Amino acid sequence: MSNNSPAAAAVLAAVNVTKVVTSPEGDLTILSDISFSVEKGASIAVVGPSGAGKSTLLALLAGLDLPTSGKVWLDGHCLTDLDEDGRAAARARSVGFVFQAFHLVPSLNALENVMLPLELADKDAPRDRAMTILAQVGLQDRWSHYPAQLSGGEKQRVAIARAFAAEPAVLFADEPTGNLDARTGDKIMNIMFELNNNRSTTLVLVTHDTTLAERCDREIGLDAGLLVTDSRAVA
Amino acid sequence: MKAVRFALRSFGRELRSGEVVVLLLSVALAVAALTAVGFLTDRIGKSVARQANEVLAADIRLRSPEPIPLQWRQAAEAHNLRTAETQTFPSVIFAGDESSLTTVKGVSEEYPLRGHVRISDRLFTEQYEVDRIPEPGTVWADGALMARLGISVGDAVSVGEVDLKVAAVLTYRPDQSIGFASLAPSILVNLADMPRTGLINEGSRVGYALLVAGEEDAVNAFYAAVEKSLPDSVRVRNREDSSGRAGAAADRAERFLSLTAVISVLLSAVAIAMSARRFAHRRMDTVALMKSLGASQRFIITAASVQIVLLGVLGVIIGCVVGFSAERLITSMLADLFQSDLPDPGLAPVALGSAAALILVIGFALPALVQLRNTPPLRVLRHDAIPPPPSRIFVAGSSLLAVAALLYSIIGDGLMLVIVLGGMLVISGCLYIVGRGLVVLIGRSRGGVGIAWRYGLANVARRGRDSAVQIVAFGLGLTVLLLLTFVRTELLESWQQSLDEDAPNQFLINIQPQERDSIAAIFEAAGITAPGFVPLVRARMSTINGEDVKTREYPAEDGRWMANREANLSWATTLGDSNELIEGEWWEPDYQGPPLVSVEEDAALEMGVGLGDQLNFMIAGQEVELTISSLRRINWNSFQPNFFMVLSPGALDDYPVTFVASLKIDKQQKDVLLTLVRAHPTVSVIDLDAILEQVRSIIDKASLAVQAVFVFTLAAGIAVLFAAVQSTIDERRFESAMLRALGVRRRTVLAGVLTEFAALGFAAGLLASAGASILAFIIAVNLFELEYNFSPALWFAGLLGGTVLVCVSGFLAARGAINAPPIDVLRAA
Repeated sequence: MSNNSPAAAAVLAAVNVTKVVTSPEGDLTILSDISFSVEKGASIAVVGPSGAGKSTLLALLAGLDLPTSGKVWLDGHCLTDLDEDGRAAARARSVGFVFQAFHLVPSLNALENVMLPLELADKDAPRDRAMTILAQVGLQDRWSHYPAQLSGGEKQRVAIARAFAAEPAVLFADEPTGNLDARTGDKIMNIMFELNNNRSTTLVLVTHDTTLAERCDREIGLDAGLLVTDSRAVA
Repeated sequence: MKAVRFALRSFGRELRSGEVVVLLLSVALAVAALTAVGFLTDRIGKSVARQANEVLAADIRLRSPEPIPLQWRQAAEAHNLRTAETQTFPSVIFAGDESSLTTVKGVSEEYPLRGHVRISDRLFTEQYEVDRIPEPGTVWADGALMARLGISVGDAVSVGEVDLKVAAVLTYRPDQSIGFASLAPSILVNLADMPRTGLINEGSRVGYALLVAGEEDAVNAFYAAVEKSLPDSVRVRNREDSSGRAGAAADRAERFLSLTAVISVLLSAVAIAMSARRFAHRRMDTVALMKSLGASQRFIITAASVQIVLLGVLGVIIGCVVGFSAERLITSMLADLFQSDLPDPGLAPVALGSAAALILVIGFALPALVQLRNTPPLRVLRHDAIPPPPSRIFVAGSSLLAVAALLYSIIGDGLMLVIVLGGMLVISGCLYIVGRGLVVLIGRSRGGVGIAWRYGLANVARRGRDSAVQIVAFGLGLTVLLLLTFVRTELLESWQQSLDEDAPNQFLINIQPQERDSIAAIFEAAGITAPGFVPLVRARMSTINGEDVKTREYPAEDGRWMANREANLSWATTLGDSNELIEGEWWEPDYQGPPLVSVEEDAALEMGVGLGDQLNFMIAGQEVELTISSLRRINWNSFQPNFFMVLSPGALDDYPVTFVASLKIDKQQKDVLLTLVRAHPTVSVIDLDAILEQVRSIIDKASLAVQAVFVFTLAAGIAVLFAAVQSTIDERRFESAMLRALGVRRRTVLAGVLTEFAALGFAAGLLASAGASILAFIIAVNLFELEYNFSPALWFAGLLGGTVLVCVSGFLAARGAINAPPIDVLRAA
């Protein structure tokens, strides 16, 4: 594959990405030569059994970690060429996260948690924007509550509001319903897909849940570090 | 700016969550210890400085045992200098049936030439400066004296043969002793009244002084003019040597107290380092999250620094308030030891406290913050992703640098700094090794009974390093408190026990030869055996083997003092009960040959003299030559009148002599002393019981004040414990939940935790009891030459105190971990 043009044109691209970690038992290949790209506004599910390398791929795509070889392109920038602060700046501009464990800042209230990425990305009127999006996830009355005072579903709604607040190009979601009961999980996913459609954000969803994966435009299957299925390639 | 806003926004919540409280309190403790001592020494230092210029009430003072010759005064006036005269002597004064040994100070109209006297109209009312002296027929009396005599302003006191009215409370005079009050409170009397008292006569112990003040050149010219004609007995003091001595004493006190505070500061530093580690660890998740949201490293380090600085500022504020209050408490405990009110403290201690807090936070918390900056953002997905630990050299270097900077600001001397720092490193190294040893012993005893026991002791052994630090930190605080609490009381008791039950408790001095019979009669009339009268002649040594005592070399500096001081000579036919002959021979009771002298062994050693050496003394202008014929050892604890120099009979027959006597008088017989002093007003009665009582009270109060400073040390020890427990709280919470999920009862888990802290506390108590005993032994044997008795009470208090204190503090610190519902904990993990 030629290096620049197709990868750079997509909002997100992995080019021959390999991740090897050193362990006491010797080198361990977590991901092996993964390449794919995602267009703007698409939703893509990364599926596969435990240990397949899903979370590692997510970490590499978001620039949280660096591949052993290969390149990652995000919103026009080659993440693998940037230093840590450069990657952080790219995330501030272009990335939102929803985690399985919610990861809210415990010392900030719901509103302040949502304002955080807006402020990091130097957006105007962070408070008003945060209030607006909190209202969209149905938490306008609970903006002053601290994470400890919210239920699991509420926490995840705050996390979703936070993820969409800065209008990122790409939203990464790592098992977003993993810590929630089925009913709450459904509700959360509805909110997420709705926001995704309204804002034409690109969604990368790591999940075990096949019904959840089916709601995405495209499904990528990993097994033992190899890209084994790609629904678009099949179609 | 964003980082600052974020830091400020989450700071209040952090504070309320209690997570940073230990860190905050550790900083506050260090600041409190430093500022408490700082405020105290600042006030004492200012008081010394204030008095430095007026400590003599003059620019130069000539003091003589003889009345001041008119020509000295005329010489001063010839140099256009101002002069004043004083006469000072100790005397027992009366008010009704109450009496007290008092320093009677007669002063002339011009007194004081420098500084001002302050009085108040009644006890405990506002004092004010005056430019006059008491009217004839009146006195101004110390508040302490008035309290002792049970009198108020307007009442009369009997001074010798006259009754004088107390016209005001004397609150301050420039030439009073600096800092601590002398044993005898004073009254100020108009010089014109002095002859009427009948207390000034041949042989009475009056100190006459001429005070001179004026232009510096003129003062020097005057002194140069009279210097040659001054007899040896005249002591000259100028401002520099007086204030220098007081200043040096204040400096020493300041250094001692500051070093005391430093122990607390260093323990607090340990707590700061521990809780900063925790502070950083707790923030790792948030930092990883912030980074995943796009925060830069600068943002992270700025936010954390702002929070640490805010904590530091808050710690400084709390610490200063606590330090200021502690200082007030300490000075109020010491109130009656100071002769005058202390000046208000300045702000310098606040600056020192703030600087110390800054140094501590940078030196001990910085490594943790730097580590925080390197937290990988990957941690949001993988919890085992942690930043590499800060390098050991960086951690050790920054904390050592911080300690050195702190110590330097207190010691201010490079060489001393190296010595103190080296000493501290060695001592803490040794203590740490002992602590580790105790931890190993604790670990070995876990084979005992029950799961709680095993679980508790295993915990101590598993966290070996932290356990040892806790034992040492807590043990140190306890050691100093034990030392002060027990040793001072036990040393005093041990000394009192070493005294003979029948040891005299009353001394009579300044008895004229013709008064002996009448005094004996007074005692016999009261059914008390009359005391023996011991002769005393005042003399000054002039030469040793023909060498001038002033220029001679001495083996010890004390020897020079001994040879140059005004000596009290006595004579005896037989060797006294409390004396033991060491060398040479005692003279025959009817010896009539050339004058011989028996010298006390230590005095001989220090002066470098022995058998056969010649000592020449000047007595009332005549020279007497004595040959050393024996050396004696004296049991000073016998409280018999004893002398360094005892002469053969007849050697002093031609010189003016007074007598001293000592006897034991029971409380109910003390009235006889009133009768005695009324009949013989020039005889001074020294009540040893009262003096002992007063010495004890001064020691009690002073050590209570030092103890107050050491309470900070114990508190810092507790802070270390809290910080250590807090750094393991997640682990503890998880373990407790696991055990309870496995079916162990909450009570058993609690018992395990209590066992753990009891073991730590017991070990700390062991360390403290042993430390305090060793120090007490050294102090008793080397400093006070007393026998040291093993003290079961000290060990009991140390072990029990250590166990209970650590158990209670540990339980308070760890209770959250025990009480958390297992399901929440296990789900969150």
